Amino acid sequence: MPAANDPYDPKEVAALAPDALDAAVEAARRAFAGAADLEALAAIRPAHLGDRSPVRLAKREIGALPPQARADAGKRVNVALAALTDVYAERLRTLTRNRDEQVLDAERVDVTLPASRRAPGALHPLTAIQRRMCEIFVAMGYDVAEGPHIETTWFNFDALNTPPDHPSRSLSDTFWIEPPDAGLVLRTETSPVQIRTMLERRPPIYIVCPGTVFRPDELDATHTPVFHQIEGLAVDEGLSMAHLRGTLEHFARELFGADIAIRWRPHNFPFTEPSAEPDLRCFVCHGESVGNPDRPCRTCKSEGWIEWGGSGMVNPRVLRNCGIDPTVYSGFAFGMGIDRSLMFRSGIEDMHDMFEGDVRFSLSLRGEP
Amino acid sequence: MRVSASWLRDYVELPADVTAEHLGARLISLGFELEGLHRAGGDVSGPLVVGQVLQIEELTEFKKPIRYCQVDIGEPAPRGIVCGAVNFAVGDHVVVCLPGAVLPGGFEISARKTYGHVSDGMICSARELALGDEYGAIMVLPPSSKVGADAIDVLGLRDDILDLDVTPDRGYADSMRGMAREASHAFDVEFRDPAGVSAPTPDESGWPASIQDVSGCDLLSLLTVTGLDSSTSSPPWLTGRLVHAGMRPISLAVDVTNYVMLETGQPMHAYDRALLTGDIVIRRARAGERLTMLDGVDRPLDPDDMVVTDASGPIGLAGVMGGASTEISGSTVDIVLEAAHWDPSSVSRSVRRHRLPSEAARRFERGVDPLVAGPALARAAGLLAELGAANPNAGYTVVGEPAEIAPIRMAIDLPARIVGVDYTEDAVLGRLEQIGCAVRIDGREGDVTPPSWRPDLLAPADLVEEVARLEGYDRIPAALPVVPPGRGLSISQRRRQTLARSLADDGLVEVLCYPFVGADTVERMGYAAGDPEAQSIRLANPLASTEPLLRTTLLPGLFGALRRNVGRGLRDVALFQIECVYRRTAGLPPAPVVPVGRAPDAAELAALNAALPAQPWHVAAVLAGDREPRGWWGPGRRADWSDTVAVAHVVAGAMGARLSPRAAEHGPWHPGRCAALLLGDVVVGHAGELHPRVTAEFDLPARTCAVELDLDAIGYADVPVQASVIASYPPVLLDVSLAVPDNVPAAAVQDAVRAGAGPLLESIALFDVYAGDRLAAGQRSLAYTLRFRASDRTLTIEEATAARDAAVARASRDTGAVLRS
Repeated sequence: MPAANDPYDPKEVAALAPDALDAAVEAARRAFAGAADLEALAAIRPAHLGDRSPVRLAKREIGALPPQARADAGKRVNVALAALTDVYAERLRTLTRNRDEQVLDAERVDVTLPASRRAPGALHPLTAIQRRMCEIFVAMGYDVAEGPHIETTWFNFDALNTPPDHPSRSLSDTFWIEPPDAGLVLRTETSPVQIRTMLERRPPIYIVCPGTVFRPDELDATHTPVFHQIEGLAVDEGLSMAHLRGTLEHFARELFGADIAIRWRPHNFPFTEPSAEPDLRCFVCHGESVGNPDRPCRTCKSEGWIEWGGSGMVNPRVLRNCGIDPTVYSGFAFGMGIDRSLMFRSGIEDMHDMFEGDVRFSLSLRGEP
Repeated sequence: MRVSASWLRDYVELPADVTAEHLGARLISLGFELEGLHRAGGDVSGPLVVGQVLQIEELTEFKKPIRYCQVDIGEPAPRGIVCGAVNFAVGDHVVVCLPGAVLPGGFEISARKTYGHVSDGMICSARELALGDEYGAIMVLPPSSKVGADAIDVLGLRDDILDLDVTPDRGYADSMRGMAREASHAFDVEFRDPAGVSAPTPDESGWPASIQDVSGCDLLSLLTVTGLDSSTSSPPWLTGRLVHAGMRPISLAVDVTNYVMLETGQPMHAYDRALLTGDIVIRRARAGERLTMLDGVDRPLDPDDMVVTDASGPIGLAGVMGGASTEISGSTVDIVLEAAHWDPSSVSRSVRRHRLPSEAARRFERGVDPLVAGPALARAAGLLAELGAANPNAGYTVVGEPAEIAPIRMAIDLPARIVGVDYTEDAVLGRLEQIGCAVRIDGREGDVTPPSWRPDLLAPADLVEEVARLEGYDRIPAALPVVPPGRGLSISQRRRQTLARSLADDGLVEVLCYPFVGADTVERMGYAAGDPEAQSIRLANPLASTEPLLRTTLLPGLFGALRRNVGRGLRDVALFQIECVYRRTAGLPPAPVVPVGRAPDAAELAALNAALPAQPWHVAAVLAGDREPRGWWGPGRRADWSDTVAVAHVVAGAMGARLSPRAAEHGPWHPGRCAALLLGDVVVGHAGELHPRVTAEFDLPARTCAVELDLDAIGYADVPVQASVIASYPPVLLDVSLAVPDNVPAAAVQDAVRAGAGPLLESIALFDVYAGDRLAAGQRSLAYTLRFRASDRTLTIEEATAARDAAVARASRDTGAVLRS
């Protein structure tokens, strides 16, 4: 490298001559363009951009120039370096893209092949809809209460104002535990849970009780000896049938959709007085089968409405049986078949499907959130 | 209750344009569900006319008697009709069905040549008109019938029959009287009470009677009717109404009692007076007494049965069925009609005891108006006089007193408060009076005395329902109560939800199996008599005698579901169920009798709960076929014992517990492939492959695996999980391979390694198990990857190695492990 030399003419340093720099850039441009793939490009990079490439070497000579010439020369070198770097980067991008196109194309797979390597599982649809039902009530502030399946007759009948000779206590309506003198039955409804709750807590009480219940009916398309109920109980000051109606209509809309129509009919239950049965507008015929023999509806038997459950104002006798003063508190109660509700909601025509344990049933309905 | 719309109109002025559908809809809104609407006679079309027989020619050349009749049907010339019945005479009025007519059941009538004559129509029997059972006998109409009149109208063949569901509390509505009253409320029109006739006056000549047990019968009325013309049969209008109501015409006297029962709601019984011996006495049956009833069956009576007796002994089971010995017959001339007021529960018990439901018993069970007996008897006697030329009152006896009806005190604004509608005082009083209550206002309250036909009205709430019902449930607005903050799901509910979701996410399908199992199920599963799983609870009334027990384990149900899936061609099946099992608990006291009307006290409550057997929540799963399916990626992997232990760990995770396996021999499991799952040192369930004997016994796929855990025993952890430090310093990974005697459980080795390695050990993973040539006999090699990390510094290799060495030393000491080089 020449020493600093003030009168030295920069043009005398050949490597820094504009022509020389241009030539180096042009040579690199040709070389990079000629590199057929990334490997070739990597192989020639040192010759044109490496530490010992012409332009890098030229840059080292700047120090040898007189001060007044350095800025000009430095600028020329930097311009040349930037041009080189751009040319290289452009070629690198091009070659990388080419390489990717080839390799990734070769690696192409059929993404429509079956992807799940584990057989799917599922909740039973009754579990899923029961959760949804509970959630609707929990969102309103209700608690979810549970109780035993084998119950004493006091909880299952007496406390619920069922008369001693009522047919519902008979062997044809209730499963009795042997020996019958023990006073134990398989609960026929989840109402004993309401009694237990009223004995455990003071009003205000707002609960739902979902669960398994039992009645001696043979399994057929619409009956099953084991089924599921969700009952609700509210005991508070100033509750009326209007609150019952509002609550059940909210429940029905959440469960079946905003356009569900409900009809209220007087009925009779020992547990409630006054009592009411809510009917739902038939899901299948929407009432169009009524009086229309050409379009009979199996679901509602061409009545246009489907029984959904029972409800009413808690009979003051039941409140007294639980130590709650009916002159201070009133309450409403309701009970719906979860199985029936599922049948309506998912268009299930035969109870057998729910209890035979065929995995295809649970799997086919596993889309319920 | 089958209600004839035309009959109903006898008692209530329904507007002419009210259709049966409209009537049904209004009755539904009053609480009477319409089960069906039948168009009686809807398939009948004329011409069907009243004719008079002018001439009968007996044709004798055939095997049976045949008549060729000339019948005047109001046309210029009589019609010639061939008929095979002989119960009519010249001059009789009959129903003639002309060619082109269609009879019930769609039978089309045409002119045809038969027995040598052209029959230009047909003379009809009751059965052909669907008005009764009599097939061979022609229906003979009263002489007043107008010749040529349309018989469809004369006979009332066309009618709308509403099949209405009457709830058991509304006994009064099980009658035309009650239904007409409801219809009058529905349309706000006049009601004419069919029981509005006067009762006879009791006199000395009535049949003597007494009541010995007033708890079973508080009122008995007996009306003697004499001189019945036993040759007369019921007129078509009467049999038609009985048939439309679903009853079978039998004879004039019986038909009249049934008709009056349908009309007034008072069941009655007719005795042949000639067959009665001595006073009628109402009492309970005596031990050993028997009664041959109207159906010809001789039954033993129970000392709880109420019976009607005379000097001969029991002659009727009260309110249920009469006796054969006093039954009226075709030759009966004098009748004693009985109308009693039986105790509903007593009748109900007799019905169930003898399995003899009947129209009469149903009405008694639901409560009959005690004041209707007299008018009903008078009505029946009147009909027998009118239709059978009887003397309607040859003596009347009344024994007993109807119970006093207590007034109900009710705040006048109670209906408004309970229903949530601002009923005016006038509306409340008006509705109560409309249903027959007497109301005496006393300030803001009223004393409401229900009518005699409403024994269901006992408390203010019952009156509230009447007001709400008549004002219309559709008037009730929808409102939402202000519910205080709730607590959300309980911990056990949340745990079980998480559990079900975890198992479903793990590829298992939830099923719901019935809890009924066979008497030999637990034995077939390999449980011993003393095992908890063998402590079964028996049902007194199982649906199937082959399944009299309740499950003590969820597995039998899952076995059945698995078998069904496999039977339907599915091979890879993984099922689970989360439900309760039931275990007989030795020495349980029977449930005490606790009165109602007040809350049980603490001791009573405790005694009630002490009667309940154990009913723990369980989870169980069965796995068969491939756990990981074969596919384009390669072969599948068969479910084995380890998958069920893995399921147990999924369960433990969802329950917030840690379970450890231990080799076990238990019930249905393969003795060498069964793990007991322990929570601490308590066994909470088992997992593994099933015993081949059990898979064969239950017809399950070979190598089926199962797991069952007691969730209540695992418990529902409710402590917030505490975070551990997530260190960001680099780990040191060291592998160690240990040779151990092959009877040492891997879990013991791992426990020892973990204990010896100390707190620097972040995780340990077994990556290889080897047994073979390179090891001594009876040895196997367990190879672990140990990940060490310090939470506060970069760990040095030296520190990690020292911890590893300590782990090996501990394993060596505890399990005899030797480090393999």
